[in-house]
Amino acid sequence: MTDVLTPVLSDNWGDERAWTLAAYEARGGYDALKKALTVAPDDIITIVKDSGLRGRGGAGFPTGMKWGFIPQDNPKPKYLVVNADESEPGTCKDVPLMMASPHTLVEGVIISSFAIRANNAFIYVRGEVLHVVRRLQRAVQEAYLAGHLGKNIHGSGYDLDIVVHAGAGAYICGEETALLDSLEGRRGQPRLRPPFPAVAGLYASPTVINNVESIASVPSIIANGADWFSSMGTEKSKGYGIFSLSGHVTNPGQFEAPLGITLRELIDLAGGMREGHQLKFWTPGGSSTPLLTAEHLDVPLDFEGVGAVGSMLGTRALQIFDETTCVVRAVLRWTEFYKHESCGKCTPCREGTWWLAQTLAWLEKGQGSESDIDLLLDQCDNILGRSFCALADGATSPISSSIKYFRDEYLAHLEHGGCPFDPAASAVFANAGAKA
Amino acid sequence: MSFTYDPPPRFTENQTPLSEETYAELRAIAARYPEGRSGLLPMLHLVQSVEGRVTPEGIEACAEVLDISAADVSGVATFYTMYKRKPVGDYLVGVCTNTLCAVMGGDLILERLKDHLEVGNDETTADGKVTLEHIECNAACDYAPVMMVNWEFMDNQTPESAIQAVDDLRAGKDVHSTRGPKLCTWKQAERVLAGYSDNLADEGPAAGPSSLVGLAIAREKGWTAPEGAARAQSGNSAGQAARGADGSHEAERQDTEGAIHRSDADLKHEDDTHTKGEKND
Repeated sequence: MTDVLTPVLSDNWGDERAWTLAAYEARGGYDALKKALTVAPDDIITIVKDSGLRGRGGAGFPTGMKWGFIPQDNPKPKYLVVNADESEPGTCKDVPLMMASPHTLVEGVIISSFAIRANNAFIYVRGEVLHVVRRLQRAVQEAYLAGHLGKNIHGSGYDLDIVVHAGAGAYICGEETALLDSLEGRRGQPRLRPPFPAVAGLYASPTVINNVESIASVPSIIANGADWFSSMGTEKSKGYGIFSLSGHVTNPGQFEAPLGITLRELIDLAGGMREGHQLKFWTPGGSSTPLLTAEHLDVPLDFEGVGAVGSMLGTRALQIFDETTCVVRAVLRWTEFYKHESCGKCTPCREGTWWLAQTLAWLEKGQGSESDIDLLLDQCDNILGRSFCALADGATSPISSSIKYFRDEYLAHLEHGGCPFDPAASAVFANAGAKA
Repeated sequence: MSFTYDPPPRFTENQTPLSEETYAELRAIAARYPEGRSGLLPMLHLVQSVEGRVTPEGIEACAEVLDISAADVSGVATFYTMYKRKPVGDYLVGVCTNTLCAVMGGDLILERLKDHLEVGNDETTADGKVTLEHIECNAACDYAPVMMVNWEFMDNQTPESAIQAVDDLRAGKDVHSTRGPKLCTWKQAERVLAGYSDNLADEGPAAGPSSLVGLAIAREKGWTAPEGAARAQSGNSAGQAARGADGSHEAERQDTEGAIHRSDADLKHEDDTHTKGEKND
């Protein structure tokens, strides 16, 4: 029986100066790299396939299979790009990982690049996390000085250069093809697929794009074996993952556990809901994953379990809201976010997110009529699945799911002539003097 | 019918052209990449670090270095939120008002700061010290409500702590990030984003308290990942860490090897910022 929590990636976060090469190597860091360099690249891909690791950036595509799609007979250079543009509302796992242990990611990048035979790798990190950028830059520099990067790494004949690339503030760049356009120095807008990045990605060359946590999981798999990884988790959702609890729980934070843990267990570990309050709604994997409620406390948090109740595991970004929170206010704010972040390429998203925000704003103010709720659902229907990327789909998720579970609360805004909630009641600090 | 065209402030002429040194750094950034244009985002960060915003001169310089049109560069510069077309104060204060932070108190904090600083969203105080804006989710939801100053984390804010921070910044006092160094200026921060190190990576903790909540419980309960080949051998398990005070004994054991790396890093510390970033160039 696996333990409730299984710290692997977060195991060293409490160590003294954990971000340094010395601290990382002192607990066996870069041993997996040395082992990997003695294995044939194709065999590394097989190990990762056998482990059952699925992408940790939200979509859950099998990582080893993605690597296997790289056409090795293509004469163009191969590239590895790490998606460190963590921006999905609620998602806060990659940033603490890169801040505390950037070498875990760097080691993963080297092993993964070796497997797909890339000699250039890029870590595309969002620009709004300055100290994480510093730690990554330093870790890469230390790795060069130690011979883990550069020419002929540890006498293997393998060369790799890593560039830490800071973005400039655009949620859409977390979408992998928009990220590639951005990394090519353009506006970050998604590309039509096919061709998929594995065939024509960065500079129209074969490219693997993986999330930080996916790549950071690779050293542990190489070190401990595919069976070790797949001994954790559930039948089709193998391994461990970082679960991020935020919002109205007593102790918000990061919890690394086998996939399949439940929200009930996680809230318990987080010290329960904040004193005197009850769970109202939550996101399983960021704001783009349909809302769930207290009736879903025992759903196994794996790809299949969350999918079966009409949502998505996403990035395991569990935003917890109690009964003081107005769901219409919450959804309006997310909708304004999608409107702001729509890149403007596809009409249903560019125009649709504006219409959604307007319609919701009327309802939130208690204006409009009950038919506006159906108008919202109709707008969602005209947006979902009609754009190049998933941003627009994500924009509809909080709206349609909140109407499904909380239609009465929308109606209450109309009856009340505005929001019936006191926003100060949901704040975590005492609101005395908040209006001063 | 005729009318005169009033250019918006962002198109005002800049008095100081970009220096040769800046041009050299722009070229060095482009040279990091297989194709130079990939350097455009960090190049625009560098322009902001020198110019205090993306100026027409900065756009022209990027266009010249990359041999693309100024319109191409403008198209990129106007797409991304971090690029500013009007001057930014020494401290760019961003209050997260995405749903979770807003609900947890971010809305109240932003309102209090607007009142206190007497500025609206995306406006700068008269002394040029603080620019206030609301920002989207900054990946620190377990520290909500979150405020960013020059893209450093200011975790678990209250209206009072936020006001204290901006008052101290305006008074020239030292203010530290809750998970990082003493706050530098916005221009200095932009230089780091361009890939030029400021040698502050070793400041601050490895992790803030919320990042360690799950780990602390696992340690207390003795919960670990299963034993694997490497984990059994190298003692990565929690039992080991609990015994050896967070692995610090192991760190000492490896001092000989570690000293080499540390000395390199320390040496680099005392170098100027230009040699510092060479591996990244």
